[in-house]
Amino acid sequence: METKSDTAALPRIDGMPQTRSKFKKWRDKEGSAYLFLAPYLLLFFVFIVLPVIFAVGLSFTSFNAIQMPKFMGLKNYIDLFMRDSVFMQYVLPNTLKFSLIVGPISYVLSFLLAWMLAQIQRGPRTVLALLIYSPSLTMGIAMAVVWKTIFSGDPTGYINSLLLRNGFITQPIQWLQSPEYLLPIMMVVTVWSSMGIGFLAMLAGVLNINSEMYEAGYIDGISNRFQEIVHITIPSMKPQMLFGAVMAVVNTFQAGLIGVQLSGTNPTPSYAGQLIVNHIEDYGFIRYEMGYASAISTVLLLVIWLCSKIVWKMFAEKE
Amino acid sequence: MASFQGTKMNPSRFHISQLKFYLILAPLSVFMVMPIIFIFSHSLKPMDELFAFPPRFFVQNPTMDNFRFLLSTFTVSGIPVSRYIFNSVVITVVTVFATIYISAAAGYAFSKKNFKLKNTLFSINTLALMFVPVAVSIPRYFLVVKLGLINDFSVNILPLLAMPVGLFLLKQFIDQIPNELIEAAQIDGANDFTIFRKIIIPMTMPAIATIAILAFQLSWNSIEPATLYVNDEELKNFAYYMSTFTATNNEVAGQGISAAAALIMFIPNLLIFIFMQSRVMNTMAHSGLK
Repeated sequence: METKSDTAALPRIDGMPQTRSKFKKWRDKEGSAYLFLAPYLLLFFVFIVLPVIFAVGLSFTSFNAIQMPKFMGLKNYIDLFMRDSVFMQYVLPNTLKFSLIVGPISYVLSFLLAWMLAQIQRGPRTVLALLIYSPSLTMGIAMAVVWKTIFSGDPTGYINSLLLRNGFITQPIQWLQSPEYLLPIMMVVTVWSSMGIGFLAMLAGVLNINSEMYEAGYIDGISNRFQEIVHITIPSMKPQMLFGAVMAVVNTFQAGLIGVQLSGTNPTPSYAGQLIVNHIEDYGFIRYEMGYASAISTVLLLVIWLCSKIVWKMFAEKE
Repeated sequence: MASFQGTKMNPSRFHISQLKFYLILAPLSVFMVMPIIFIFSHSLKPMDELFAFPPRFFVQNPTMDNFRFLLSTFTVSGIPVSRYIFNSVVITVVTVFATIYISAAAGYAFSKKNFKLKNTLFSINTLALMFVPVAVSIPRYFLVVKLGLINDFSVNILPLLAMPVGLFLLKQFIDQIPNELIEAAQIDGANDFTIFRKIIIPMTMPAIATIAILAFQLSWNSIEPATLYVNDEELKNFAYYMSTFTATNNEVAGQGISAAAALIMFIPNLLIFIFMQSRVMNTMAHSGLK
């Protein structure tokens, strides 16, 4: 029962055989902790840690899911960056464009919305926050159906009919099948449903700032709202800002499936909406080049990790 | 402090200075919620309104036909749609309770126990906040094969249970419980499990409500297990059935039905969130990363 034994040393058990007492000591000291941890650690290891290790391992092999994996060294990575013209021409630029636009926009938008919501009364705030949060409630799949109807390619589609009737276009546009519109539509849709857990964290963060902080700031010479946000609001809620940023990075890269759901095909028309996530599926589950797909997975995990590191640098408390 | 001109957070009364925020937020939230209103209205439309040209946003003569049709439909393989819904309910309920229990137990250990690997393991978990399941769907698939879980009902549940965000939020929240309280209980002779059940669980209800919502959303909306690990149609969930709508390029007649299905997907998400939202805000105050 030594739940707080970091300072209080355990009574020494002398005269016991060395190994037995060591194990017993460990069991008495840490055993109950591991008892509580066991289910989580087991599942965490099996479904998160192991797959990541396997993905990295497989990425150095050629593997078609039937024969044993064959070690290939860095060939997959070299192919990915040197030979895979689809990756270099479409997937990488699309992913960069998508994440660099969607990530920051959804992040800044969630902060501004949270900041404004914090400054109105509780009742209306709850209602408005719920409305803003509601598209994020059903991640992906249910919403894709709605967007498909709204952006439907025939003249009865909502956007098409609106544009046709007002004379902006004379021919219905195949929104989800045309390369030039698919990616922008994916971005709009993703931003729309990105006010998720990060948004809630930031809202709570703004609400929790002590009001004396603001008063002190104004005594120290802050004169407008912008200075106030930069010098008081953001520094006072850095932990939530960081949490929100990490969630924004993860959600942005995770949202990649939306292109396939909207257009209904993988690969997406002319690879217009092809993101790294779709490229993995394309090679892994359609072409069965698992080694190559794992190399792409590893690159994706590294990219996410790097992006998170960058936001970490930006918001971490400097001690 | 009458001269204070700065921002007043969490005001208790309406003041004219708040008006500008309402002017921005109200139209914006209407804009954001439009797809949801659209699902509602579309799912209630009778056939002739679905075909109407020009299309109307709001329904004129609401009918439950789409729902009736959806619920009496059988898929090509002879599975009634209600079966998918039933599976989803079972999978989600089990996932939510198991996730809560597992993360709360681990959160308790991380927050109130001392063990050598504590900091290492918790930083690995924090790193795993950035984990994207789709990135490792291939090795996961082979692991599931090796574990003999293909076509096993439990494969709908097991991969979702370890939720790094859930553990993270719970641990931060349990940190707020004073150690003195636990020490006092120990002096009174309570063992670890009693402390966990009688102190930790009741005092972390807000965080547990949050985990419940997250686990609910994860499980209710997940299509990965049903798409990759389960071949048996009878064991798949409703979200999977939903995803088959996006694969076919839906003609107008199917739109009403898919909107009805989308509404069935959405309503439980909404209800559970409304029910627990005040507790969520309470947890999120402790959500910060340092």
